[in-house]
Amino acid sequence: MSALTDRIEGRRVEGHRPWPRVIVRENAWRTAAELLAAGQATLLSLWGDINKVHMALLDESSGEKIVVTLECPDRQFPSVAAHHLPAQRLERAIRDLYGLEPVGPGDDRPWLNLGFWGVMHPLGDRRQSPVACKPYAFLPVEGENLHQIPVGPVHAGIIEPGHFRFTANGETIVRLEERLGYVHKGIDSLMSGADLERGAKLAARVSGDSTVAYAIAFAQAVEAALQMQIPARAVYLRALMAELERMANHFGDIGAICNDASFAIMHAHCGILRERTLRAADACFGHRLMMDCVVPGGVARDLFPNAAEQVRALLQIVRASFPQIVELYENTASLQDRTATTGILKPDLARRFGAGGYVGRASGRAFDARRPGYAPYDELTFDIPVLDAGDVDARIWIRIREVEQSLSLVEQILQRLPAGDLRAAIPEMGAPCDGVALVEGFRGDVLAWIRIEDNHIGRCHLRDPSWFQWPLLEAVIEGNIVADFPLCNKSFNCSYSGHDL
Amino acid sequence: MRKILRNLARLPLTEPAPRPDEAALAEIAKRVDAAARRRLGRSLSIREVDAGSCNGCELEIHALNNAFYDLERFGLRFVASPRHADVLMVTGPVTKNMREALERTYNATPDPKWVVAVGDCARNGGIFAESYAVVGGVDRVVPVDLHIGGCPPRPIDLLKGLLALLEARPAAAK
Repeated sequence: MSALTDRIEGRRVEGHRPWPRVIVRENAWRTAAELLAAGQATLLSLWGDINKVHMALLDESSGEKIVVTLECPDRQFPSVAAHHLPAQRLERAIRDLYGLEPVGPGDDRPWLNLGFWGVMHPLGDRRQSPVACKPYAFLPVEGENLHQIPVGPVHAGIIEPGHFRFTANGETIVRLEERLGYVHKGIDSLMSGADLERGAKLAARVSGDSTVAYAIAFAQAVEAALQMQIPARAVYLRALMAELERMANHFGDIGAICNDASFAIMHAHCGILRERTLRAADACFGHRLMMDCVVPGGVARDLFPNAAEQVRALLQIVRASFPQIVELYENTASLQDRTATTGILKPDLARRFGAGGYVGRASGRAFDARRPGYAPYDELTFDIPVLDAGDVDARIWIRIREVEQSLSLVEQILQRLPAGDLRAAIPEMGAPCDGVALVEGFRGDVLAWIRIEDNHIGRCHLRDPSWFQWPLLEAVIEGNIVADFPLCNKSFNCSYSGHDL
Repeated sequence: MRKILRNLARLPLTEPAPRPDEAALAEIAKRVDAAARRRLGRSLSIREVDAGSCNGCELEIHALNNAFYDLERFGLRFVASPRHADVLMVTGPVTKNMREALERTYNATPDPKWVVAVGDCARNGGIFAESYAVVGGVDRVVPVDLHIGGCPPRPIDLLKGLLALLEARPAAAK
């Protein structure tokens, strides 16, 4: 198969790194949408800009990535979602934020704009609009004996807000419709005009559980745009942080999923491992979540003295106790009864949506942005666990296997940790330049795209893996009982904040 | 199976590790315990509301329930409904999209009630303050009795804050 750059005709943009960016006409934009629909490319993201739209595509067979740009001076563009459904919510967000209209059959309801902003198209022509919360038209449901269960935005637990509208027949869910956007903070608009330091802080607060992944993605995009080389020690310390973050989140998730099946002992034990991991992170970098520790150019601080010893102690504890916890999970039939064959995501759907992280890898999609990806993972040995079952159980097992891989990665990182500088100076830049990066967070691949102008951020787009996972949750819940929704939801553990921006 | 359970039970669950912040935790834990007993007869129900946070604060609030901090031993516990709550623990810059939900949650909480705003964003909107989509700090929407700063606050700071709340409101608690 020929390369994406050959199949999508356009004018190559200088100063966009490391993937090519091409400015195309409408027919090539449609060609790109058709490639997505035909499964010959995967949608990495779709985002608005001043009078233009961009989309990032991946060819999974070759690993080739490309950004395609369409100028839309008349404020409309051919809908990608008309060909390829995974683009739909992204297009609705573009309409809300930029006022650019996707043309084609689609969903013309707002997505992030719930009617409270007092402004329309805040990143586009920014029109004042009265605060008017029109009733949202949920999709119509018809049939005998159906009832609806509205949940949220304020949920029962200590979790983020969002609304779920269940339609059930008795206990069986026939449809779930999500309504998100409640934690929309306008991060895209805050990014524009910010300096790089503030941009890094904002990126680190897109989704707190993935603060390291976002900080690395943002930093890599900046470094690509400015053609910077960063010190080897910083590269390794970033990976150390990323793997500690992955472990902490996976521990938390494994326990929390089991807790939603009322198996609290797993939750308690996994919670202990999570806490120990956060304490090790704190001992290393002075912050439990390692927020603001990764900065453009490198890392903000070195390991505290003796921190490596504490990490080794953590590895020892986890190696001793985690297998017992896994055994407990494996040998508890009543728990397995809840997780096995529950919430099945079909591999075809995972592939079409380009589902990242454990959601994709539990449904046969062997994609991990770390391979082939970025340093230092090319120098480290690790497996990418993949399963086909696609149920809650498989998503737990992927996390278990990934914890094991992260243990080994952390060990390798500590062994190889090079000495030297922590941070390269940010060069003064001349012409405007663009950078893009794809980084594997615990939840999946985080995309960061940035345009730097006059040493400030012109536009920065951050795409959470949840954009392509939330719609799949709607699909997997169908036919399951209401009581299994928390299990399914937790096994996805999508980010609200990362999605709502 | 029994053997596994026994082995697991032998993990050092609540034994404080010999580190300075552990000592501080023990000290604060004792004070929270005494104050909670005196004022509330060992019970205070907390309803957490995320009004727009990045979820970092939620992670640390969650940690209060783990075996190290074990909030429930003080009679402080998280409840599922504002109708059962004495305290609303609110995170985030309040987004415009969450303002009404926060107001309604506050109104659904019976008196007497207290609001604890958690995190730097909850104080004044933090890094998100100037956005078109953000109202600002929690006190722009509901009256706040206490701020616990931090980005996010450590669990130990959250414990300290709850202690401060318990000690600072003698009039309200009859």
